[in-house]
Amino acid sequence: MTEPDYLNSSYTLRSWFLTTDHKRIAILYFASLIAFFFIGGAAATAIRIELATPQADLVSSDTYNRLFTMHGVIMVWFFLIPSIPNTLGNFIVPLMIGARDLAFPRLNLLSWYLFVAGGCVTLFAIVAGGIDTGWTFYTPFSTLYSNSYVIIAVTGIFIAGFSSILTGLNFIVTIHRLRAPGLTWYRLPLFVWSLYATSVILVLATPVLAITLVLLATERFFGVGIFDPKIGGDPLLFQHLFWFYSHPAVYIMILPGMGVVNELISCFSRKPVFGYKFVAWASLAIAAVGFLVWGHHMFVSGQSLLASLVFSFMSFIVAVPSAIKVFNWTATLHKGSLRFDAPMLYALGFLGLFTIGGLTGLFLACLAFDVHATDTYFVVAHFHYIMVGGMVTAYFGGLHYWWPKITGRLYSEYWARTAAVLIFFGFNLTFFPQFVLGAEGMPRRYHVYPPEFQVWNVLSSGGATILAAAYLLPMFYLGYSLFFGSRAPANPWDAPGLEWQTSSPPPELNFESQPVVTRAPYQYRTDFTAEPQNA
Amino acid sequence: MPEGRGFAPQYASVQHRDEAAEIGIWVFLATELLLFGGLLFAYFVYRHANPAAFAAASRHTDIVIGTANTAILLTSSFLVACAVDALQAGARRICIMLLIGAMLLGLLFLSLKATEYAGEYHEHLVPGINFSFAPPLADGAELFFTIYFVATSIHAIHMMIGIAVLAALAIMLRRTASTRLCAALRTAALYWHFVDAIWIVLFALIYLPGRSGA
Amino acid sequence: MMGWRPPLVLVASWLGLLALLALTVTLAYLPFGSLNSTVAIVIAAIKAAIIAAFFMELWDRGPRLLIFAGAGLFWLGLLLWLGLMDFITRAPA
Repeated sequence: MTEPDYLNSSYTLRSWFLTTDHKRIAILYFASLIAFFFIGGAAATAIRIELATPQADLVSSDTYNRLFTMHGVIMVWFFLIPSIPNTLGNFIVPLMIGARDLAFPRLNLLSWYLFVAGGCVTLFAIVAGGIDTGWTFYTPFSTLYSNSYVIIAVTGIFIAGFSSILTGLNFIVTIHRLRAPGLTWYRLPLFVWSLYATSVILVLATPVLAITLVLLATERFFGVGIFDPKIGGDPLLFQHLFWFYSHPAVYIMILPGMGVVNELISCFSRKPVFGYKFVAWASLAIAAVGFLVWGHHMFVSGQSLLASLVFSFMSFIVAVPSAIKVFNWTATLHKGSLRFDAPMLYALGFLGLFTIGGLTGLFLACLAFDVHATDTYFVVAHFHYIMVGGMVTAYFGGLHYWWPKITGRLYSEYWARTAAVLIFFGFNLTFFPQFVLGAEGMPRRYHVYPPEFQVWNVLSSGGATILAAAYLLPMFYLGYSLFFGSRAPANPWDAPGLEWQTSSPPPELNFESQPVVTRAPYQYRTDFTAEPQNA
Repeated sequence: MPEGRGFAPQYASVQHRDEAAEIGIWVFLATELLLFGGLLFAYFVYRHANPAAFAAASRHTDIVIGTANTAILLTSSFLVACAVDALQAGARRICIMLLIGAMLLGLLFLSLKATEYAGEYHEHLVPGINFSFAPPLADGAELFFTIYFVATSIHAIHMMIGIAVLAALAIMLRRTASTRLCAALRTAALYWHFVDAIWIVLFALIYLPGRSGA
Repeated sequence: MMGWRPPLVLVASWLGLLALLALTVTLAYLPFGSLNSTVAIVIAAIKAAIIAAFFMELWDRGPRLLIFAGAGLFWLGLLLWLGLMDFITRAPA
């Protein structure tokens, strides 16, 4: 080996915790995200155990409130939002565009520290006794009545928000200014497009959350009534501000997943993504139109009928670019030379689960149906299909796809495929029954329920057991591959992307010499027959 | 980092780096705009619901200090813009003096703001701590003053950060005027002007309503 | 070293801004009814535009920075437009 790779260049703690190398920062994020994923997952496990029986036998109502709040807060802000952008995005985007680093490497490191600081503050709130408001922090409960650690938790989220903003800013500038010579916008891999769209949302939505949380904390701390109807305040103002961030935040979660799926489907079909420009612009369309739909969370809250109609209409519109993507992925598969490696299994799983999640989203965009389904398990199932079935599946797919590049090791294909299949079935068994429960009227956020709902809840809890096991599996075989896996070649998938043209793992400055791009992305050779293990 | 290069390895040239910084600060300012945007939204919602109370409450703000502070900020922005121009023209010492002038004006702004806060405390206009207002309009006025205090204190925090950044730049400029510092000054100047522009909007919304009424 | 003079465009912007400040304060005291707030906001927008154009030098920058500056304003507009739509069109209680 001529030049040490980024993992071998130095072994000191200082070289990790003060690194400005985007690849090492991605690893730092990856490690912290695993921790948060397990904390959020532990809360989910407790919830599913409690819901296995109609009575309250594991936790009290109050503890249950704190559990689902913990699950939501940790999973949304400390796992889903940073997951793909900050690990895979951080690692892969500079490699994909032929850059030596992000535009602002020190800002990138600061972003990780803010994330960890925000996470610690929030965890402190949880350890100190938890939060019982739900992840939405609706007023006036959160400001006037809740006897829990709202201000501390909100402070943690506020700090983590700055981490999001800095990441988004860094990506936008990087994608604008650091593309390799010849890498025009339409030659960019679609993963980069989707992260660009994600960054636009991060930068423009997160500050509104920040100011909303400031107002919330001010009201709670000083006892002034910003959202208090008693002195003429309006709780709906909080909901508008909150969802102006939190609905686009759903697209922060799903857009990077869509980006990963572009890469996977194209690679394992050995074909360029069908309708490249449509998929690229669909990402930006989702980012823009995603800002016009937030009121669909408030159909039954008392907002004006006109507002509800407009938000309902916009919610139907935002489905169009998502549908374009699903159609184009399917068209990419059509007559492709398909291979069912583990990343592809995750991508296909994503395709099915995201489609179900998206279509049930259309049900909920419909005013009349939403009145029936608001705050039931139908909503819970819908957004888990998007966020877990879609986003987390894509995250795992991308992780497997780029694992050889990131670590320089190959994992066990057998176990990886097993985990992918288990996740798909475990997920469906967990969440499909919740559609039924919701349609039959079981409300969310209660830990006791009428006995007639028990069958579906038991199915769901059983599925959750499989899902939990399936999520644990990669810990073992990926961890094993780190130490005992065979060395990965530079380009195990025979892919044309720039990230595969450098060694695995990449050297500190990514490329020996500045790459120059002369063609469109996804120009796969179709005679690919080599097995990845010995390519 | 390769030896002898004054810029990080991901850039091809100094100009390349400075362009990236300029884009970066504009993206950041877009973020900042939305931060204040949430407050503007809250303001308009409550002004729409309580027009009379907002007019009455606005008349209780100190228009003299508010106008003086606006003029002070506009002038400080002018000095900062001149400082950028002077540094590009090679007049480093003039640039430093202009920056010091801008910082002093910034500090004057903050001390006037503090005086204003003290006055409002004595007039029982601080919600949550010391608030009383003539009954029919008290609720709306309390909302007005809550938004007033949140908005102006967040603005004041931005001013403090701006003053600290200008001070750091002025100190570094005493030694040398590298291209890096020049780019940093341009970036800091954009931030300063932005904070000034935000104040102009706040001034129109906080101090001016209801002045023509009773 | 002392050859530097403030550029005319900056001086003009500064004087213009101070003049607009005097104007807006004066107009605020004249009884235009509901027009008062419109006048105040329009003048504030003009002042902010002067700052953006000349102090922040947007007037001789390329389209990219204009798009970035415009994007912030555009999204602020979305927040105010769709958000206020609810409050303005509510049926009276």
